[in-house]
Amino acid sequence: MNRIVDLIPYARFLGVEVERTEGALECILPFRDELVGNASLPAVHGGVLGAFLELTALLHLMDDSGNERVPKPITFSIDYLRSAGPATTRARAEIFKLGRRVANVRVVAWQDDRRRPVVAGNGKFLLS
Amino acid sequence: MPIDAAPTPPRRYALQSLFGPGQEGMVSHTPHAAYLGIRVVETGPAFGVCALPFREELIGDPRRRVIFGGAITTLIDHASGLAVACAVEKLTAIATIDLRVDYLRAAEPDLELCARADCYRLTRNVAFVRAVAWDRSADDPFASALGTFMLGANRGEAGVAALVRDKRDVQE
Repeated sequence: MNRIVDLIPYARFLGVEVERTEGALECILPFRDELVGNASLPAVHGGVLGAFLELTALLHLMDDSGNERVPKPITFSIDYLRSAGPATTRARAEIFKLGRRVANVRVVAWQDDRRRPVVAGNGKFLLS
Repeated sequence: MPIDAAPTPPRRYALQSLFGPGQEGMVSHTPHAAYLGIRVVETGPAFGVCALPFREELIGDPRRRVIFGGAITTLIDHASGLAVACAVEKLTAIATIDLRVDYLRAAEPDLELCARADCYRLTRNVAFVRAVAWDRSADDPFASALGTFMLGANRGEAGVAALVRDKRDVQE
């Protein structure tokens, strides 16, 4: 399962891991000091969280299609809901429309409580 | 304009000098920006330009050697925060509410990437930002973005106050 992570250098750079939980693909971002955006809180960098969501969407699409070609992002939009503290962040994606050329994907990430999401994303990808 | 109207005072931009090129505040306060090697290229009234050096570790699509979209999100988020910091009159905590990035084309491999963000509207609570990112020329961007930022997000206040205090100590 972590093989698709190995295909993407940036995923290794962030230290992302992948698990299959309750039949769903779950991406895990263990906390590291290098990921901090605001040193005084401390909080994980917003850009890192956005990247983590985009990565989760991408890995979900690749897992779903069984294709090792990386889909191309067209647009990705991120809602920051809470500050993400120094803890592990987890994310799950859902494809809500899989067209012939474009896939629409939603992603939600949380830390200790799934019912309290820290960040949510919505992306469109061009399938090659 | 009526003859007795008071002249509008010039706008003050508190942070431009604090976070400009060669000033490390914006990067040293942000470990992840330092980790990526992001640097401030230019600041001015309500805008900021940052650069991200190319690294193999940032590749998202090994077949095309294109930098992962999310790394560009980080660069744009950082430049946007800088633009807001250069737009407010007094330093306050800045938190991203939302950010949308459009990928206009693939970024060229092996080139340093730049992003310029402009804070085009500032209200009491919210700052509105647009940004573009390019590889060779600012006229030919590979990504464009829109973001909104909350001002005075209170939990971050203490840290920012400390940062300003440090800065003041250095400047005085």
